[in-house]
Amino acid sequence: MITKSIKNNPMKILVCISKSPDTTSKISFTENNTKFDEAGIQYIINPYDEWYALVRGIELKEANGGSVTTITVGTASDDPTIRKALAIGADNAVRIDAEAKDAFFVAKQIAEYAKDKAYDLVLLGKETISYNGAQVGGMVAELLDLPYISLASKLEINGTTASITRDAKGGDELVEANLPLTISASKGMAEQRIPNMRGIMAARSKPLTVVAPAEVAETISTINYEMPPEKSGCKYVDANNMEELVDLLHNEAKVI
Amino acid sequence: MSVLVYIDSKDGIAKNAQEAVFYGSKIAAKTGGDTIVVTSGNLDNDALSALGKYGASKVIAHNSVDLDSQQLTKLVADVANDNGSKVVIFSQDLTGKAVAPRVAVRLNAGIVSGAIALPSDDFVVKVNAFSGKAFSFVKINSEVKVISVLPNSLQPEEGAGTAEVQNESCDLGASKVIVKSRVEPTGEIDLPEAELVVSAGRGLKGPENWGMVEDLAKALGAATACSRPVADSDWRPHHEHVGQTGVAIRPNLYIAAGISGAIQHLAGVNGSKVIVVINTDPEAPFFKAADYGIVGDAFEVLPKLTAAIKAANL
Ligand SMILES: Cc1cc2nc3c(=O)[nH]c(=O)nc-3n(C[C@H](O)[C@H](O)[C@H](O)COP(=O)(O)OP(=O)(O)OC[C@H]3O[C@@H](n4cnc5c(N)ncnc54)[C@H](O)[C@@H]3O)c2cc1C
Ligand SMILES: Nc1ncnc2c1ncn2[C@@H]1O[C@H](COP(=O)(O)O)[C@@H](O)[C@H]1O
Repeated sequence: MITKSIKNNPMKILVCISKSPDTTSKISFTENNTKFDEAGIQYIINPYDEWYALVRGIELKEANGGSVTTITVGTASDDPTIRKALAIGADNAVRIDAEAKDAFFVAKQIAEYAKDKAYDLVLLGKETISYNGAQVGGMVAELLDLPYISLASKLEINGTTASITRDAKGGDELVEANLPLTISASKGMAEQRIPNMRGIMAARSKPLTVVAPAEVAETISTINYEMPPEKSGCKYVDANNMEELVDLLHNEAKVI
Repeated sequence: MSVLVYIDSKDGIAKNAQEAVFYGSKIAAKTGGDTIVVTSGNLDNDALSALGKYGASKVIAHNSVDLDSQQLTKLVADVANDNGSKVVIFSQDLTGKAVAPRVAVRLNAGIVSGAIALPSDDFVVKVNAFSGKAFSFVKINSEVKVISVLPNSLQPEEGAGTAEVQNESCDLGASKVIVKSRVEPTGEIDLPEAELVVSAGRGLKGPENWGMVEDLAKALGAATACSRPVADSDWRPHHEHVGQTGVAIRPNLYIAAGISGAIQHLAGVNGSKVIVVINTDPEAPFFKAADYGIVGDAFEVLPKLTAAIKAANL
């Protein structure tokens, strides 16, 4: 849904885009479980970034003018996902040329790039589906000294005020805040857009600027990975014997 | 060296808040220091003093609700600095997700979000990775450390202590995020923190059939959840949608009726301790992830299960 009626000022919007392994990917590790095995992994744009944050940013631009820039901390292997974001409708893209080591590293790079560019909105996904940290948004907001509204499922702009519906304990709440803002998107903020042929062609000539990374001290390090224990197998219970299921849940599994 | 725990105490101490305090006190017991709780909310001092049961020795209470992430960051970071706390604990709930990363930046601290176990002596923390398909072990190398604890990852034990409560009224500045209205929770039990969850999918055919899901949830004292197509078709509210694009949950018991068990659904529920699957199709992929399976019609099985729960009177 495109914001109608009120004509807003054109906004400068920055959307943070990351890649994540397609959920159907089989996850495995190498080097004694210390490295994620990328062989055969299909990468997609992190769904929250693509479906919600990016599309809502583009809708706001289409309604009011302004610009949508995407930013990604990653290596040249991220370029296909960045081109897809351009094909969906971003105007230009920035890639900070470094392996995305951890959330603070990523946030610091984004903040360094954004700090003197006066974005009205910095949009992110609510979390990456690979590590589910939900950390980058809060960190960027802190580094830029901006309010942070997380888990937003609706975003409307009225002049310089944003009205946002966000997740609250067990329900939703409607909040208001003045631009500039950092907002993380959860499901509902927009509808997924499939890039069309024109978009894909146009994306080829849109600017993708590669920027050298800033120095950042490492505060955490991943030591190793572990696969969860295999399920010991499903125990079947007869559909007419729910007393037995209750007994198993109470006495064997001890969960009720 | 004290451990600081932030919890939200608006309208009560939720289970995940108890868990966070208990988690912090376990670390303090190892590193030899006090467990200090900093909280914002509206509880009286007696209610806050009871946090001693989970290991808190002192509670610093800011009597206010609806603080925004910048105000909360100032509150927590200032208390951490005043008390020389080297470890700061949050619950990975809605507030923790917004505030813990900010506090980490302000304190120059390394942060691990979504811890599912206590850290090792050298602060290696276990977390879920790749939508619950693996675990990763992350070491915090900085002097100050922030950890947010995934709800329902450990069982808090209750001791006998009481905590000293100190009221704090420092100036946190004005809130820049104004709450206009609130849609109150639909279910009685909040899904992300629920220990028992009853969930249903497209196999239930339509929203008019959810009475039997709610009846079972009620009999168990469980929260209700659903698959994504169910929320997308507005059969159920969107915050009930679990999975890769919805909420990730980790209850002790997850009962799934009429859900096929697509990988994107499993991504949100495979941290559940025990999974019960009810499906008419014996080939449904969900049975591979289940601990207990019932091949049968949810329309018959759910009411029978509800009756059996009531009869067992647990
Ligand atoms: C990128 C992406 C992200 C996604 N994210 C999510 C997500 O977060 N969460 C999510 O749930 N899905 C997600 N999906 C969708 C997911 O792939 C499945 O399509 C969805 O989970 C299927 O929902 P379902 O099991 O309710 O329906 P179906 O797949 O239609 O399954 C219905 C099941 O009910 C059974 N059944 C039918 N009648 C009965 C009866 N009377 N009694 C008992 N059983 C019966 C059937 O045998 C079948 O197994 C995502 C998909 C994509 C591509
Ligand atoms: N490498 C990256 N480059 C750009 N943005 C990122 C990157 N990693 C994460 N983000 C953004 O931060 C959000 C939250 O990520 P996380 O904190 O890792 O869960 C994502 O949804 C993205 O919008």
